[in-house]
Amino acid sequence: MGLIQKTVNWARLKSPWVLHFNTGACNACDIEIIAALTPRYDLERFGVVLKGTPRHADVLLCSGPVTKQIKCRLQRIYDQMPEPKFVVAVGTCSCSGGVFDGCYNVESGIDQAIPVSAYIPGCPASPKAIIDGVVKLLSSLETK
Amino acid sequence: MHKVIIPVGPQHPALKEPENFMITLSGEKILKFSARLGYNHRGIEKACEERTYIQDVYLTERICGICSHSHSTCFVQAVEEIAALEVPKRALYIRTLVAELERVHSHLLWLGVAGHEVGFDTLLMYTWRDREVVMDILAMLTGNRVNYGINTIGGVRRDITPEQSKEVAKATNTLEERTKYYIQIATKETTLIKRLSGVGVLSHDDAIRLGAVGPTARASSVDRDVRRDDPYAAYGELKFKVITDNHNDVYGRTLVRMGELMESYSMIRQLLKNMPEGPIAVKAPRKIPAGEAVSRYEAPRGEDVHYVKSNGSEKPERVKVRAPTLANIQTVAKMLEDRQLADLPIVIAAIDPCFSCTDRLTVIKEAGVRKNKVMSWEDLHDYSIGWYRERGIDFAGLNKKLTRMLK
Repeated sequence: MGLIQKTVNWARLKSPWVLHFNTGACNACDIEIIAALTPRYDLERFGVVLKGTPRHADVLLCSGPVTKQIKCRLQRIYDQMPEPKFVVAVGTCSCSGGVFDGCYNVESGIDQAIPVSAYIPGCPASPKAIIDGVVKLLSSLETK
Repeated sequence: MHKVIIPVGPQHPALKEPENFMITLSGEKILKFSARLGYNHRGIEKACEERTYIQDVYLTERICGICSHSHSTCFVQAVEEIAALEVPKRALYIRTLVAELERVHSHLLWLGVAGHEVGFDTLLMYTWRDREVVMDILAMLTGNRVNYGINTIGGVRRDITPEQSKEVAKATNTLEERTKYYIQIATKETTLIKRLSGVGVLSHDDAIRLGAVGPTARASSVDRDVRRDDPYAAYGELKFKVITDNHNDVYGRTLVRMGELMESYSMIRQLLKNMPEGPIAVKAPRKIPAGEAVSRYEAPRGEDVHYVKSNGSEKPERVKVRAPTLANIQTVAKMLEDRQLADLPIVIAAIDPCFSCTDRLTVIKEAGVRKNKVMSWEDLHDYSIGWYRERGIDFAGLNKKLTRMLK
């Protein structure tokens, strides 16, 4: 690994910018994601900042089973993110469809639409689990 | 001036949920606002028909993650009414306690989001920090932070111990103190008052005409609250005020929610003090007898209505949900008429929208007919009578009886 590549990698690991996208969730995982960013859990101490646009984001935090209406939007948002990009599926619904698996309007999980790097189960995934998942994702990138 | 149409959503920094709004602008002025719902439609009502009643309690809980207890209680109440179950008093008290704690967490969450939408992020961080106190209490009482799973048909699943009620009382004191501080901010902080006053105005008549519910309606001095008007659970035995306000704007809605928080604390204290002894659940039959019921519930966002129809089997025949945001979303278009584009996020946030609750819509268009059919009230009335007559139920006799009674 060259010096420049090393520096870029270091910078990326110290400031992963995330985009939160609700793909048909019940809001529970979404408020837990926000709760993870607020003072009690404070995900920002790992350099994680919530961004408003996919073009600024390194990590896409998805919650919810993918509804049929949102599927092409999700793929579009994924395409808009710059490389390298990572997707984290937050909550049981986004991992496997969860309680909504088998409903006529949902796919069973994010990985039906886009490739996923990390799965965080839980209904809803607690802020602690979200932090753990994000940290695990980041430490797995360190070795690459 | 040239008209511009701006799409907001389904992915937008100002929105936390995937919805699409089309805003027609002339310069900065909003000419037309239209909402396109449905990105969050999962088909829960249909799924309810395919699962058993006890599974449906958990499914209805996941209609919305913020007012999850509202939906499950509303569903459970309807089923209990059909099955004619006598729910123990202690169970009703525990249900009400969780309901009020949920209102506290939802209103604090709203205050933070409202602060964020007007660029007052300090308020977001403060309220969400304090909100963790009530989340801890909910986790202690029910075992989960968000989807509590405390309801079951015929009662509740967990009892509350004296130690737990002491913890709740302690947390209530902390929260009350913090809420007093927020009330002080809301009533004294000039920047906040200036930003919220006169924004998103909804007159009293419009609130009634558009069928607004909850704090949105109460801030336009519509004195309406299911907890008082049609008491359910333990609300009949509690003393509380229904908070109304005559500001008619976002500022009024903030004051109403702050006032409701204070009322919730007083209700929580009454519930803890008067908690009766006894069992926490009665045994519910697996198969619910045929029948139908409508259940009403005052969720943090307004009146929530569930309709359940059973056919004597272990699965319901029909479940219908009318979430509060569906009633309130129409008012947003009115509030935004001739307003500035910059007011859009806070005005949408002020009704405390929950689109995962709302996305229950199905639009039925007649096959082959391009235009939507508009039915007048009389047409709809005739249609419904005809629909029932085809199925062997005649309302003509009932109608006459009703008119006589009304006279």
